Amino acid sequence: MKRHCLLPDISQPGRIGCSLPDLDVPSGDLPPEELLRQELELPEVSEVDLVRYFTALSKLNYGVDTGFYPLGSCTMKYNPKSHEDIARLPGFTALHPCQPEESVQGALELMYRLQEYLTEVTGMDATSLAPLAGAHGELAGLLMLKAYHEGRGDKARTKILLTDSSHGTNPASVAMCGLETGVVASDASGDLGLKNLESMMTEEVAALTLTMPSTLGLFDPKINEIAQLVHERGGLLGGDGANLNALLGQAKFGELGFDYVQLNLHKTFSTPHGGGGPGSGPVCVRESMVDFLPTPLVTGDNGRYRFSSPPRTIGRIATFHGNFNVMVKAYAYARSLGPKELKRISEDAVLNANYLKEKLKPYYHLPYDRTCMHEVVFSGKKQKAKGIATLDIAKRLLDYGLHPPTVYFPLIVSGALMTEPTETESKETLDNYIAAMKEIARDAEENPEILHSAPRNTPVRRLDDARAFRQLDLRWEIKSQKK
Amino acid sequence: MNPKEYKYTKDHEWLCPEPGNKGRMGLANYAQTQLGDIVFLDLPQSGTRVAQFKKIGEVESVKAVSDLFSPASGKVLEINQSAVDEPKLVNEDPYGAGWLVRLELSDPSELDVLMNSDEYDKYEAEASA
Repeated sequence: MKRHCLLPDISQPGRIGCSLPDLDVPSGDLPPEELLRQELELPEVSEVDLVRYFTALSKLNYGVDTGFYPLGSCTMKYNPKSHEDIARLPGFTALHPCQPEESVQGALELMYRLQEYLTEVTGMDATSLAPLAGAHGELAGLLMLKAYHEGRGDKARTKILLTDSSHGTNPASVAMCGLETGVVASDASGDLGLKNLESMMTEEVAALTLTMPSTLGLFDPKINEIAQLVHERGGLLGGDGANLNALLGQAKFGELGFDYVQLNLHKTFSTPHGGGGPGSGPVCVRESMVDFLPTPLVTGDNGRYRFSSPPRTIGRIATFHGNFNVMVKAYAYARSLGPKELKRISEDAVLNANYLKEKLKPYYHLPYDRTCMHEVVFSGKKQKAKGIATLDIAKRLLDYGLHPPTVYFPLIVSGALMTEPTETESKETLDNYIAAMKEIARDAEENPEILHSAPRNTPVRRLDDARAFRQLDLRWEIKSQKK
Repeated sequence: MNPKEYKYTKDHEWLCPEPGNKGRMGLANYAQTQLGDIVFLDLPQSGTRVAQFKKIGEVESVKAVSDLFSPASGKVLEINQSAVDEPKLVNEDPYGAGWLVRLELSDPSELDVLMNSDEYDKYEAEASA
């Protein structure tokens, strides 16, 4: 069997996957001819060919369970299998979302406790688990913020300030809320430019959204001054919590001056993600915004739990109660670690990133040479001078069986290689990655063709993904079937 | 660096006038450095009528998708198929092999509003600052 042929390509007329017993009941008539579809041409294959086909496909998968996955800003940590077992307990999976509250007290208690943990971890006053993903949490945060300002009778604040290193979802969420974006330029050390903020922080500004630590993997030491300035001018400070993995147990958003933050349970709290989900993006808020939280919240009273709705809620932003299955895994993660181990997560994540930084610094340009947090951003500048693009470096990593880092982001670093090892990787795994990156740097000098033509060892070579996005071809067509 | 005989727009496109009221256009060096590695070009078909400073296509880089504007009004004579097939030509040689569209100009007086290379050098220096 060829490697990339599709199921219809191995189809043989009349071949079947199972033998049916002889008919021992009266046969009926088929529906009328005009209702029968002749053009389907379903593949006709034997059971063993079918099994081999899907097994071969499954071997093409790459994930955290197959290898190192340092995709910056995505926190691709290992997801413990025990959490999968817990999430599959029938007491969780066999629930109906419309069941009476009295019959789902266990599930409600889990949600209640998870709300409390996240409130504690972020140093906020309350949490809603409703949003389904990080960007969805951003949207919820902005809708609350709009309701907050309008509730005070201030309708002039229509602008959200972002930094030039922000995630692309930040301006997209702002646009979805019908607000405007202002971009504050970073300073030379990669932090938010305080002078720039000072001149932009007008009475039109509803909030500053800050990723902490930033997408450069840097902790802004001026955070207190930033929060003070934003608050003095009547704005709020919103947090993009994508990088919470760096802060677990070390610093709290509430204590740093943030008014609200959105989390990504699928990143920080170790639930499997990729290919679009499933995610969970809770929003955690300070006292002033509690009344606006998206519904439902779970409230507990003398061991009885029930759904509730804050008095001025922005409403329901997802069907039912959010992605409950993801909440179960995040809860299992928090419980299996406990507060002390949770703190070690961030310590090890930061240690691993700094180890990569120091080891690879001699070979790759490091635009901001500071102690980093959970991720480190290199650039392909040294290799660019030899005609090697950052994409060539990323594609060459595939030949080593490694997932590349995030490339070309953040935008303020030209040809960025945004590398997030996470805490779950051993020194040996990191050393293996470092060795590969060193060889690639050497090949860039001595054997550039090998990079230009990478990947060579993968089932398919370099794909034209830009063209693929624009000329979508999602459907197998009969014309491609064998003659 | 920016060719003397070319004319430039504020959107960092260039136009190189050719005899018989024709001209080639492309992206200025500053634009290609700002965009980073270019991965896709969406250019108009031959025969398309275009208007000065109006959108005629898109340039997609690893960073973003940007609109491409025509530096002059007229009709598309041909597009640079080599650049469509291999967009990195625009990064490697923005003023030569990386040209984008050849135009027949309907109103050559429009070129007077474009910047000459001295003016554009200054404009580019301010944009880079």
